[in-house]
Amino acid sequence: MFAMEFLVRGIVDFGEPGVFMSFEESADELGQNVASIGFDLPALIRQRKLFIDHVRVARGEIEESGDFDLEGIFIRLGLAIDAVGAKRVVLDTLEALFGGFSNVGVLRAELRRLFDWLKERDVTAVITGERGEGTLTRHGFEEYVSDCVILLDHRVVDQLSARRLRIVKYRGTVHGTDEYPFLIRENGISVIPITSLTLNHTASTKAVSSGVASLDKILGAGGFYRSSTILLTGSAGTGKSSIAGHFIAEAGRRGERSLYVALEESQSEIVRNTRSIGIDIAPLIRNDMLRFHVARPTAYGLEMHLASIHQAAIAYKPSVMVVDSVTSLMSMGAGLEVTSMIVRLIDFLKMSGITLLMTALVESTHDANTTGVNVSSLVDVWLTLGNRDVDGARMRTLAVIKARGMDHSNLTHQFTMSKKGVEIMHHTAPEMRT
Amino acid sequence: MTTRAKTPSKKASRASQGYVLYLYVAGETPKSATALANLKDICRLHLPAGHRIKVIDLLKNPRLARDHQILALPTLVRELPTPVRKIIGDLSNTERVLVGLDIKTAR
Repeated sequence: MFAMEFLVRGIVDFGEPGVFMSFEESADELGQNVASIGFDLPALIRQRKLFIDHVRVARGEIEESGDFDLEGIFIRLGLAIDAVGAKRVVLDTLEALFGGFSNVGVLRAELRRLFDWLKERDVTAVITGERGEGTLTRHGFEEYVSDCVILLDHRVVDQLSARRLRIVKYRGTVHGTDEYPFLIRENGISVIPITSLTLNHTASTKAVSSGVASLDKILGAGGFYRSSTILLTGSAGTGKSSIAGHFIAEAGRRGERSLYVALEESQSEIVRNTRSIGIDIAPLIRNDMLRFHVARPTAYGLEMHLASIHQAAIAYKPSVMVVDSVTSLMSMGAGLEVTSMIVRLIDFLKMSGITLLMTALVESTHDANTTGVNVSSLVDVWLTLGNRDVDGARMRTLAVIKARGMDHSNLTHQFTMSKKGVEIMHHTAPEMRT
Repeated sequence: MTTRAKTPSKKASRASQGYVLYLYVAGETPKSATALANLKDICRLHLPAGHRIKVIDLLKNPRLARDHQILALPTLVRELPTPVRKIIGDLSNTERVLVGLDIKTAR
């Protein structure tokens, strides 16, 4: 699939004709398989931009007697390359070829000669092979023949399937070494963008209001810095969504767009709930100043989520974004995977100048310093919300655990939630700011 | 099986009348020369009753490589009698060639 996309994109997007030499599937079968992702192979073949040569290899059909070479493949490839003026070649898959011969030594030497020959002919070749036990390919020749090795992997973790791609080596480049998730969708393969391999986004010094004036005051800078990442933690019912509601309402007041990624509640539930604290976001939705991206965490795998959030952000270009909550993403995969996914999202949003507010549920207020997703070190502002029982009455508290680059309050503040919204009470203790 | 193994010559002479063999090569390399020489020897000894050998140079007719599904060279193809059989290599292992051509069953 990857190889075929390499060819088709080459033809369609770069005007480079290609040759597909298949040792497994016939031209018809290949055409059927990739039609599902929107490729029309027969049309490309008719336009003489693609040439498919199906090389039938069947073990047992061929008897070996003495020394041989693979000159036949060279001749066929040469003919095919000349027929369309190919710049790109795919050989799929080597295992099928190896399956047809018992003399592996000859094959290895011949393939090496083939790769050199392809290089001489100035064509880029993608050769597919199956992964071996403990080695990258079953016959272990990738180390010395290929300039670039890409490993694709399909695994199922916690009943969710995940496709991964890793560049094992790529001579002459500085490439990413991580495993990157990828998706096969109706328009082909998309690798989840890893936008910031280096930390070179410029930090903004402009603050955007949180929507709660008294909170802005506590933060010291008059709000959150634009394109920063804010984490809001607290146990159930501590007011996380309410503060998020204030934040998007304020963005709307400034005339900026918000994207609300709702992973726990539906759009109408959020509209209703924010109305209870005196915030009406319905007009924002009507004026397309607020969009909801509602998805059940379990609806698809982690990658799909990340990709759809990315796509939503790219399409809508919001200036603020809320993810409510990151905790629900936890149910989709192992901790490390979720963390890396959130890191990617944070990086991407920072680059795009989008201010992100994430909420995270913690088990109890005592546990407030652990988010479970281990992203607290990556965020710029971290607020914790809590409930405390004082003489039978519930007291809501808010504390700034950190706020990078801000002269913030170090006290635990009380706040109230009413029809007028969130209001932080004036603290009587003397403030010792850092 | 035993009766067959005892009378290989009889079987060969019966079937050999219709043998049509194509030898695919790529130019006049030492390997193709060896293969042709080996093939001629084998035919003289094992197919005395009659056979036809045709050498096909794929450098001159590259299209045939695709049409006839040729990968490795040299390749010997038994066109007749059917089914089609393929043997690759310089045919230095006579035993394998005879098995491949179905003149002799594998031991």
